[in-house]
Amino acid sequence: MTAAEPWQIAEIPGPKKALVVTKPGVVAAMIKRAKHPILIVGHVAVETDLGDKKLVDYIIEFAKKANVPVVATAHIIGEFLKRGYEPAGFMPAVDIGNRLVDSDWMGIDSKGPHDLALFIGLPYYMEWTILSGLKHFAPNLKTITLDNVYHPHASWSFANISMEDWMENLKVMMEKFEEGGT
Amino acid sequence: MSRKGVNVKIDELKTDVGLIKNLELSFGKLVEDKWAEPMGPTPFPSLTTLREWDMKLLQRYKPFYMPYCDVCCLCTFGKCDLTGNKRGACGINMAAQQSRIVLLACCIGTATHIGHARHMTEHLIEKFGRRTPLDVGGLNIKAEAPVTRLVCGVKPETLGDLEEVLDYAETQLTHLLSVVHTGQEGSNIDFESKVFHAGMIDHIGLEVADIAQIASYGFPKADPEAPLVDLGYGTVNIEKPVILCIGHNVVPSVGIIDYMKDNGFDGDIEVCGLCCTAHDITRYYKRGKIIGPISWQLRFIRSGVPDVVILDEQCVRADSLYEAQKIKAPVIVASEKNCMGLPNRTNDPADLIVEDLVNGKAPGALILDSEKVGEVAVKVALKVTPLRKKFKTIPEVDEILRMAKECRQCSDCRRACPQDLHIPEAMKAAAHGTLTTLAELYESCVGCGRCEQACPVGVPIHSYIVKAGEKKLKEETYKVRAGRGAIQDVEIRNVGSPIVLGEIPGVVAVVGCSNYPRGGAEVAEICTEFANRRFIVVTSGCSAMSAAMYKNEEGKTPYEYFTGEFTSGCMVNVGSCVANSHIAGAAIKIANIFAKRNLRANYEEIADYIFNRVGAVGLAWGAYSQKAAAIASGFWRLGVPVIVGPHGIKYRRMLLGRADRKEDWYVYDARTGEKVYVGPAPEHLFYTAETKEEAMVMIAKLCMRPNDTFRGRSIKLTHYIDLHKRLYGIMPEDIPLFVRTLADIPVTMKDEIVKIIEEKGWKETVIPDPTLLPRMIRKRKE
Repeated sequence: MTAAEPWQIAEIPGPKKALVVTKPGVVAAMIKRAKHPILIVGHVAVETDLGDKKLVDYIIEFAKKANVPVVATAHIIGEFLKRGYEPAGFMPAVDIGNRLVDSDWMGIDSKGPHDLALFIGLPYYMEWTILSGLKHFAPNLKTITLDNVYHPHASWSFANISMEDWMENLKVMMEKFEEGGT
Repeated sequence: MSRKGVNVKIDELKTDVGLIKNLELSFGKLVEDKWAEPMGPTPFPSLTTLREWDMKLLQRYKPFYMPYCDVCCLCTFGKCDLTGNKRGACGINMAAQQSRIVLLACCIGTATHIGHARHMTEHLIEKFGRRTPLDVGGLNIKAEAPVTRLVCGVKPETLGDLEEVLDYAETQLTHLLSVVHTGQEGSNIDFESKVFHAGMIDHIGLEVADIAQIASYGFPKADPEAPLVDLGYGTVNIEKPVILCIGHNVVPSVGIIDYMKDNGFDGDIEVCGLCCTAHDITRYYKRGKIIGPISWQLRFIRSGVPDVVILDEQCVRADSLYEAQKIKAPVIVASEKNCMGLPNRTNDPADLIVEDLVNGKAPGALILDSEKVGEVAVKVALKVTPLRKKFKTIPEVDEILRMAKECRQCSDCRRACPQDLHIPEAMKAAAHGTLTTLAELYESCVGCGRCEQACPVGVPIHSYIVKAGEKKLKEETYKVRAGRGAIQDVEIRNVGSPIVLGEIPGVVAVVGCSNYPRGGAEVAEICTEFANRRFIVVTSGCSAMSAAMYKNEEGKTPYEYFTGEFTSGCMVNVGSCVANSHIAGAAIKIANIFAKRNLRANYEEIADYIFNRVGAVGLAWGAYSQKAAAIASGFWRLGVPVIVGPHGIKYRRMLLGRADRKEDWYVYDARTGEKVYVGPAPEHLFYTAETKEEAMVMIAKLCMRPNDTFRGRSIKLTHYIDLHKRLYGIMPEDIPLFVRTLADIPVTMKDEIVKIIEEKGWKETVIPDPTLLPRMIRKRKE
């Protein structure tokens, strides 16, 4: 597969396309540098097997290590709670997208506007369109997708990568958070 | 009703006064008004007449745009890069461009319905006469055309009366489409207002088309006990010649059925349909069969079962002729809107056309005469069936097992699939001798065929999926109640009070196309859930079919075990897409018949009533088309929220409320003029749900209205909380926003909820007589 092609081939966006992340450590560094990041998790996270765990298990570990507040979309809040992790909030995907374009919104934890939004686990076309809304109407927000598919509307995205590489990338990022520093 | 174009011509008239020669008088319009109700404030509204009402809604439900493309390429200045809300060469910015495209989509949808209505009306006038009465329910229906009465302020009584209504709708549509031209509207919010206008005009088109055909063809007339008819591939007797009709305009299908009956072939031939034409076939002919939703087109043609394929209009695959040729089935195209490149044989002798189609001299014919379509289709079916011997293009298992080894595992099929189905894995399993994984894809497949287009080695993947799922396909034998049309006045009277007071927890209209995220079973599940909860469940179009494709442990479909009466705990199929007008009509009639609000040209007041009092919500779980967009926008203007499935996000704009912004949720109390906080009820006007669980919870939530009584709100909260706890695993966080007084709290949850709301600093408020319209305030505050 070519590096920077949208996963769904016809989803061609326009002139401004996501920069391709080749080193997961770079994402970890960006998250560390962000003042107020947020992680939005879609329902695919509870359906996707990654090794002997579900994707959502990696996400919880990731969120804890990165110290990023999580918003669970769709109906999956209960899956987090079952695993002993309480997200900062839950709401429909379009609702969180709509709030993120509002520069006056004080954030999911009322600590101020978010400057970095991470996305993972939404259906490809939903994430694609919401990221588009943010690209065009949230000028002060940067976006990164942690999915294993290329999302051209994000600010930064991984290319289309295998499940194994995806799992490895998540692990590398978590290690970087454990290392500390910026 | 008025009459247009009256001409009086006198060649010579001798009178006591003198001689008159060559006198010609022409009247533009004669108004003969038999409707006693006084004319309301907004007859035949123009593009801006209802703008203020639109702005009230748009102030609360602001658009969230998700552009599908960063550029505009509509004029030769372009392409213009609008990224980040930049302005293009014409000055338009991204927000306006997105709403402009939404308007364009709605104009396409509206034009399609109005075009359908115009063709239907003209055809029926020619066949039955202008004076044919618009009887859509006998004495059970006083307001035969509630949308038309509300919008236009006229009371159509005959087929001929519908022409003026269509004239108006066509004029408005022309103006609306012109708005999309470069250098016209520049404000996204004004584009949105015009989107609402397009939707309202669309509903007129829907209503005209359906009441015309109900009145003329003798479809079920507001009949709660409309017959149960067959649905599914397995209901078709493949020993007989099979005529398949695809599309939405039933006129040619009626020609076929009439010819069959008149010439003694009734019972010898199977007439079946795909998409909304199928609904209308069964409204006309009980022995007609519904194959399934639009997504069954490829699989049914490729099965080889159809011997003749009739194409009318709307939602017909552009490759139907090509696919039919592959199974050696002649095609008759019967609509000016969809000629498929075939020669016009309308004026040729029927037997000559039959001969050409049967001997394969021509793959198909354009015939714009429904009676000739009937004759040719029946004759061709009888002659061609023994020749083609149900020739099919669905492969045998051994071919699949062999060809699967050719698969390169490139994943291009999966990347082309709108559902992201794991086709490469299924092909790998097939290459190893098992079709189980391919069969598992059958129910989620939307039948678009993009996988085949993407495959570099030309594997007919969709056919493989269908073959693997063949057992399921052949077992598709269901019952659906034929589309009943309008809702009776007496039914409205019976449910008006419990709906408005909130004691019936809501009206859920499950409508639209079949671009579902995970197959139609979710639609059946949602319908069943809410009918069991004693909501009023109404269906139409492809969703009405999908809702039937599920059986309980007794082998019955929801239409067999829920009542067809418009009442609590029902399952009401109103009919095809154009029958959606009866759902809007029911909401309007609640305001008119139950609440006695004036109907005539009184749009704002009626919409305000519905918005604040009628807990109705639309669910278009598989909406894909521009028509669906237009239908939805008509409901928005009426104040009815619409939920779409995840693919609906590609409509690129949602209308979302902000529950966290208290200032957005005030209404006037019509009794006092005070502004009262009523909470986010309903929270959204147009919204995409990611999963069926999310949709179900949101349906229950969006049924709440400011006017709910304590008891009504308590019932609605019970459903919302119960579904939330079951499907999300926790209590909803926003309960305090919906509790106005302690009496709103469901008794069984009182302690738990009181604790929650007290922790969040909840304060009691009042239940107003809610309105958004200052003119509805009866007593102004001093």
